[in-house]
Amino acid sequence: MTYLLKGGLIVDPLEEKVEQLDLLVAGDRVAAMAPGLQAPEAEVILVDGCYVLPGLIDMHCHLREPGDELKETILTGTRAAARGGFTGVVAMGNTRPPADNRSVIEFIKRQAEAGIVPVYPVGCATKGRRGEELSEIGDLFEAGAVALSDDGSSIASGEVLRHVLEYSRMFDLVVISHCEDQDLSAGGLMHEGFNSTLLGLRGIPAAAEEVHVARDLILSEMTGARLHIAHVSTAGSVRLIREAKQRGVRVTAEATPHHLCLTDEAVRSYDTNTKVNPPLRSGQDVAALREGLRDGTIDAIATDHAPHTREEKEVEFNLAPCGISGLETAVPLVWEHLVEPGILTPVQVAQKMAWNPARIIGLPERRIGVGGAANLTVIDPRLKLPVIVEQFASLGKNTPFAGWELRGWPVMTVISGRIAMQTRATPASSDASIGTLRGVS
Amino acid sequence: MNQFGHKDLLGLQELRPDEINLILDTAEPMKEVLGREIKKVPTLRGRVIVTLFYEASTRTRTSFELAAKYMGADTVSISVATSSVQKGESLGDTARTIEVMGADAIIIRHSATGAPHLLAKLLNARVINAGDGSHEHPTQALLDLFTIREKKGGIAGLKVAILGDVAHSRVARSNIWGLTKLGAEVRLVGPPTLIPPEIEQLGVSVFHDWRRGLKDVDVINVLRIQLERQQRGLFPSIREYTRLFGLDEDKLQAARPDVLVLHPGPVNRGVEISPGVQDGSHSAINEQVTNGVAVRMALLYLLLSGGEQSDLSA
Repeated sequence: MTYLLKGGLIVDPLEEKVEQLDLLVAGDRVAAMAPGLQAPEAEVILVDGCYVLPGLIDMHCHLREPGDELKETILTGTRAAARGGFTGVVAMGNTRPPADNRSVIEFIKRQAEAGIVPVYPVGCATKGRRGEELSEIGDLFEAGAVALSDDGSSIASGEVLRHVLEYSRMFDLVVISHCEDQDLSAGGLMHEGFNSTLLGLRGIPAAAEEVHVARDLILSEMTGARLHIAHVSTAGSVRLIREAKQRGVRVTAEATPHHLCLTDEAVRSYDTNTKVNPPLRSGQDVAALREGLRDGTIDAIATDHAPHTREEKEVEFNLAPCGISGLETAVPLVWEHLVEPGILTPVQVAQKMAWNPARIIGLPERRIGVGGAANLTVIDPRLKLPVIVEQFASLGKNTPFAGWELRGWPVMTVISGRIAMQTRATPASSDASIGTLRGVS
Repeated sequence: MNQFGHKDLLGLQELRPDEINLILDTAEPMKEVLGREIKKVPTLRGRVIVTLFYEASTRTRTSFELAAKYMGADTVSISVATSSVQKGESLGDTARTIEVMGADAIIIRHSATGAPHLLAKLLNARVINAGDGSHEHPTQALLDLFTIREKKGGIAGLKVAILGDVAHSRVARSNIWGLTKLGAEVRLVGPPTLIPPEIEQLGVSVFHDWRRGLKDVDVINVLRIQLERQQRGLFPSIREYTRLFGLDEDKLQAARPDVLVLHPGPVNRGVEISPGVQDGSHSAINEQVTNGVAVRMALLYLLLSGGEQSDLSA
């Protein structure tokens, strides 16, 4: 298949520049890039005024398969990823059974062959995610795990984490840490602060996260292992990570769109879709996260896509499971709330959502270049649409962003030359149906 | 629309001062009805009021049921010993079932913050919050306000101390909203482990030393302390709690000589309040219970009477 993307603004995360160039895709490669490119035999796709980014990678999502296929499957999750503009997803290992052995990793990879977006599985750091004994990490690595994590819960024992970090060095596998002191957070339902006081809900103090961030940074420094802090949510964590990076600790970090766009005030709606772990934090925390993104302390934006069924979420607040279905709102949330106000540039978006995630999990460079793989995400910064939950490809309709009017939607997802998603919407059409998936039933 | 501008009563946070005063004013003739030999008026005849309690309660439920019966309504009470999940039916489904059987009002108590708010969104029936988690217990605060107003002649300008486990208390939160809206000065007195963070933003002051916190106050509202809090490590022992924060004759000396003592009940006799103070001349604990019925009659009247100026003659 050969096609010509005409008039797009090509974003280069390495040289940090944006250039209006036509881009010819032939097969799975970028065949040519130049202004005013002519290719008579190629299909022409007009992307005038759209940004063309190297294919985005979500380095933190929960696809729920195996075990919780009512919440999501690898097929529906990867469809959601394609609609959301992602060309690859990193799937966390807290499935049932957990991905703590070779066979589960192999199963996920096999299921992913039917999915429409590549899936990079994470192996559990410890057996059964119990935080007691190391998983067979060598096996997980050989089976194709791209990282180690007990995400969903933390490793309570500092000694166990130390050994995970030391052992992971043999394979240069990054350890993704879910930082939560589960004594300090026990019974908590939301961020501890004025709003938890107002609602009478048990709070989760910022310290529950920061105590573990501090511990994990120290252990990473001690062992020399690569550490990635998942879903950073507090100002104190940002400060600790910034200081550690200055000392040369091999740490990277991510933040989620919901922690960057919402505060704990949203919980006042009693909407269980605002219940998430770590919890939505204060305005000061959101400001610190945004500053951390801007100054490079936070390397990546990742969704922590956590789909649940309606029945599970339509219950009393204390009984609802934590999580937000995030794959299909991440790009427009980032665009509307971070790019439009000038907090991030399109180049930084390409860094935080493509270049850095690829670098952290050890994928080939995410950059658009002649002769390179054609992995592309096209974003239309003018396209303004409401979030329509019913249109989600994800089985998880649990989002606090339903009805939000957002600008900057992904209009095309290209994976190794194949167009996985292309919207027919134009900024002028009011009934734009965003995210039409191509080549999938 | 009813005289009262709300479909439901979910909390005092949502009410304006004049709306709170309307309920309190309406409770006065209701209290007069309670003093009659035949305590029954036909005002809510034909109305069906359901109490749906997901937590144990004796006084609040009985108070609501009697209030409804004195107003002529029919009542049904449903106790749900287990959570909706254990029962296998969701809260929403349970409530919808009750509504389609013809309930005009559902009075709900639930351990989860926001459960009444969830029902209010789902149902056309009126929803009254009889306590949701540690969030609000608006009718308890209304009866406290009514008692204070009756005894002190007004609320504005009074110094009111709320003593004890504010962190886990829906009574405290509703009292804070009601008292501050009506112009009282509110002080919270308790150990730091039982005072929730940033509560000063509600316009109250916090004291950990009873000598300063209770000094010259007009009213002390004593909160119930639960043994479970000690097991969670929030204070070292009942003995020390009683010594530092239990209201006894000694601590009462710090307050104004005409101080009024309230307690939402049930009382842990000799723990958060000494028997002498509980049964003493400053205590209005028993009158609070009577006033609770009057306030709930007023509320049911305002929510359900449909705006007709029904008289209260028997």
